[in-house]
Formats: sequence, C-alpha cells, structure tokens
Amino acid sequence: MVAVIEARGLTRHFGGLRAVDGVDFRLEQGEIHGLIGPNGAGKTTFVSLLSGRIPVQSGVITLNGEDITHLPAHLRVRKGVAYTFQITSVYPRLTVFDNVALAAQGRGAGDVAAEVAQALSRVGMTGLDQSMAGTLSYGHQRLLEVAMGLALRPLVLILDEPTQGLASGEIDGFKALIRSLVPQTTILLIEHNMDVVMDLADRITVLNFGQVLAVGTPDQIRANRAVQDAYLGGDHAAG
Amino acid sequence: MTDGAKIWTLHLLVLAAVFVAQFLLPPYHATNLARIMVLAVFAMGYNIAFGYTGLLSLGHALFFAAGMYGMGLPVWHLGWLSLPALIAGLVAGGALAGVVGLLALRTAGVSFMIVTLMFAQAGYLTLLYLNTWTGGDEGFVVLSEARVLFGFDLATDTARFITAFTLFAAGLLACLLLVRSPFGRVMVAMRENEERSRMLGYDPFRIKLLALAVSGLYAGLAGAAYGMLFGYVGASFATIQYSILPMLYVLLGGAGTVLGPFLGALLMFYLIDITSNYTDAYLFVVGAALVGLVLFAPKGILGTLRERVWRWLP
Repeated sequence: MVAVIEARGLTRHFGGLRAVDGVDFRLEQGEIHGLIGPNGAGKTTFVSLLSGRIPVQSGVITLNGEDITHLPAHLRVRKGVAYTFQITSVYPRLTVFDNVALAAQGRGAGDVAAEVAQALSRVGMTGLDQSMAGTLSYGHQRLLEVAMGLALRPLVLILDEPTQGLASGEIDGFKALIRSLVPQTTILLIEHNMDVVMDLADRITVLNFGQVLAVGTPDQIRANRAVQDAYLGGDHAAG
Repeated sequence: MTDGAKIWTLHLLVLAAVFVAQFLLPPYHATNLARIMVLAVFAMGYNIAFGYTGLLSLGHALFFAAGMYGMGLPVWHLGWLSLPALIAGLVAGGALAGVVGLLALRTAGVSFMIVTLMFAQAGYLTLLYLNTWTGGDEGFVVLSEARVLFGFDLATDTARFITAFTLFAAGLLACLLLVRSPFGRVMVAMRENEERSRMLGYDPFRIKLLALAVSGLYAGLAGAAYGMLFGYVGASFATIQYSILPMLYVLLGGAGTVLGPFLGALLMFYLIDITSNYTDAYLFVVGAALVGLVLFAPKGILGTLRERVWRWLP
C-alpha cells in the first residue's frame, strides 16, 4: 500500500507533558483509519501536528513523499490535507452557501456555485444553502462542517470527533457518508464512539500517553491485550 | 427583483440623489456635502478594514495624512500639478498602510489597536519634527495653480462638488464590487473566524495585509482630495481625532455595510455642525448619541436595518 501521509518520530511536549511522544504513523491511500485512545492520549495534538495547527518539535511528516513538516497550515490545506474541527466551527453569521463557497473558491474551483451544490448534496443538505449557518440544528452544522471539508477536495480528510453530539439516527447517515468518500479521499477518523470506529475503520491506531500502543484491524485491536488493559476495559473485551 | 438588482438599484439611486443635491442645496450645504463625501471615502476605507475584515485600527489618521502630505509636499516642493499629486497621495496612503500592516498585523485585537495608534502618533510627531519641509503644526496652503484639474478650478463650488462626487462614486462602487467578490467573502471570513479560515487554506496575514492596504488606498485618496479640494494641508489631520472620526462614522452608519460610512459621516457631520451652533459642549451631544447607539443599535443604522428588514443589504 502507498502511504499518503507518513509521520516518523513525531514529538510535541507541552512543558513536562508529553502530549505526542515519538509517534510513527502511516496513513495509506484510500483507507479509513481510526485514531483512538483514552482522554488525554494526545489524539487531537497528533492531528494538529499533521494539519499544521501546532508546530512540530521533532520528527518528520511527509505527504505523498514530500516533506511537509514545516509547511504552514494553510499551505497544507492547499496541498490536500483538510481538517474538520472537533468543536463545530462553521461561520454562524454567514449563509450555508458562503460557508461552503469559502472552501471551494480558495482552491480555484471554476464554478463555485456548482461545487457548493455538489458538496451540499453529498451531505444531504440541498435546499438549505440560503440559511444562516448559525440557525441550523447541531447535526446539520456537523454535516456543513463535513461539506466544507469535501469542497476542499482533499486527499486526506481528518475528522475530529465527527459524531460527537449526534443522535443515533444521524450517526447511521454519517457512517454511510464517510464510506461513500473512500477511496477517492483517505479518511483519518478520531472517534470516541467505539461502535462507529470498529464499524468504519479499515485500520486503527491506538494512542496512549502520547505513544502508539497498537496498530491493526478492528479485530486485532479488539483482541489486543495491551489495548484492553489500557483503554477498552473488561466489558468490551468480553463482548 | 433579484438581490443583485436590488443592490445596484439602491446604490445607484443614492448616488443619483447625492448628485442632484448640489442643485437643490444652498451653497453652504453643498460645500458641506462635498466635505462629507470626501470624509465618507475615508470612512469607506476604514470600513473595509474594520467593518469587513475585523481590523480595529486606531491609526487611520496616519494613512489619511499620508495621502494629504503625499499630495501636498510634491505640490509645494516639486511643483507637481493636481492629477499626479492626487495619485501620489493615493499611493502614499496604500503603501504606508502596507508597511504598517507588515509590522502591526503580527498582533491582533487590543495589541493591534495600540500598535496602530502608536504608529499614527509617531507619524504625527514626525510631521511636527520635520517642520522645515512639512510646515509643522501650521501646515501650508496648497498653491492655487496646482488646484486645477482637467481645466476646472477646484476652488469653485461646482468643480469641487463634482470632483468630490466622482471620487465618492468611484469609491462606493469599488467597495460594492469588492465586498461582493470572492475576496470580499474571504475578508468577512477572517473577521468571523480566523482559525477556521486558515484551515480552509487562507493565509490570514496575507488577507489582512491586502485588506489594510486597500483601506489605506481609500484613506490616502481621501486625504489627498481633502487637501486638494479645500486647499490646506496640516498636521492636525494626523491627530488621533482623525483616527476616531472614521470609526464613529462607520459605527453610526453600520459597520460592514457599503452605504454605512456615508450615512454615518453625513449624520455625524450635521450633528456636530448643528449642535455646535448652540453649545460649546457639542462633543457631549456626540457622546450621548454614541451611548444611545451602543444601547439601542449596536450594529449601526444600516446594520440594524439589514438585521430587521433588508437582509440583502451588502
């Protein structure tokens, strides 16, 4: 398999806290890769390093073989690494159309209106384009966030806790949506909802105390003793 | 009517009304209106930075003065004529805003306010310090030979009004085109959520620098035109008062609306003009008006109107 993003020895300490501590990581072309770990394991810091929101202290990140370790975040986005925020971060006082158009126009899309319509139809929000984003339901705001990610036409879409706060009915739709994105787009999924990760991911990386505890398929991760001890707990391991 | 048609109709009607006003108003008020239009160009520039991009500058007097002196000094010392001098003022405002932006935009929020204020004060003191060339706090009169544009004497009421109107109309339409363009959308995105915009691939520094430079072009043009049309260049135009005024105009008329700066300038000008006939404490009235504004219409007149009635107002 070809690695889209590869990280070697990635490190970020905050004072004495080793948030990310020498992580090696491969994101392979066209996969859905889950990133899990207990609270404070360094998941969000890790993807912030990948997306460039936080500068790397040591280690190397490559995108399709090109070193992007010190590339500013906005240029990584232009190269195809898109990040959707853990806390919904749309522009509440702009219309849905403007929110998605901002994503589409920046990469020089020819027909911005058509791109917006397409991204909105992918997430099932056709017809809402003139609504103010801030007036949408929470579930729709999460979908709008994804539509903005899609309008960037990224190589890699990093989804930080996309199903947080969604109703269970909405989660099923969300899973179908994510599945429809691969293999054109490679997905890195940070997720607390274990059912969603186990169901969607091709491979899973488990972080604990800023280090990689295990990498493998959902079945391998379920069966991994170290992961069970550190994170999943007895009940889940038994089930 | 589509929103686009409504927008153009409204703005062209406003321009037509302002143009016709010169024939209906007594000369005193026509001259006032010319002054207001030039100040409105200044405020439109301020609005591009503050209203649309979210850059609260306290240093725009510097860019206004850069335009005024960028026009006035070449006229005085080099014998330039009106058109090249006006262009020099325009360029001076934009260039200085760009240079100040390179440094000041490393900061944000309150720090940005303080840094821009500091630059403006430094500019004001520089004008005083170099009084051999700048005329210091006395300033200087713009030679009447230079105040002729395309054969029209700018000291006459009609030529002055037409010139002010032309600049105002150009500034207004350019602003309308700008804020309705893709770049205008990005400016607003910076104001609304800078971090999100960065993660959509926009360089906040670059966008804000561009917006500030455009804002400086407006301020520079307004400063140059003010000096040229009213015949005087002075350091008082570089004081903090001229950084605060465009902010007041914009807040009163409606930040982030194309017509707001003009409406704000018009109302504030006459508020001061009328109340100062009755009392020396006219600033008290201005202050009371602003308190009322903050309490009852914090988005300004057109901002409130947009929120309640005209959703399509740009």
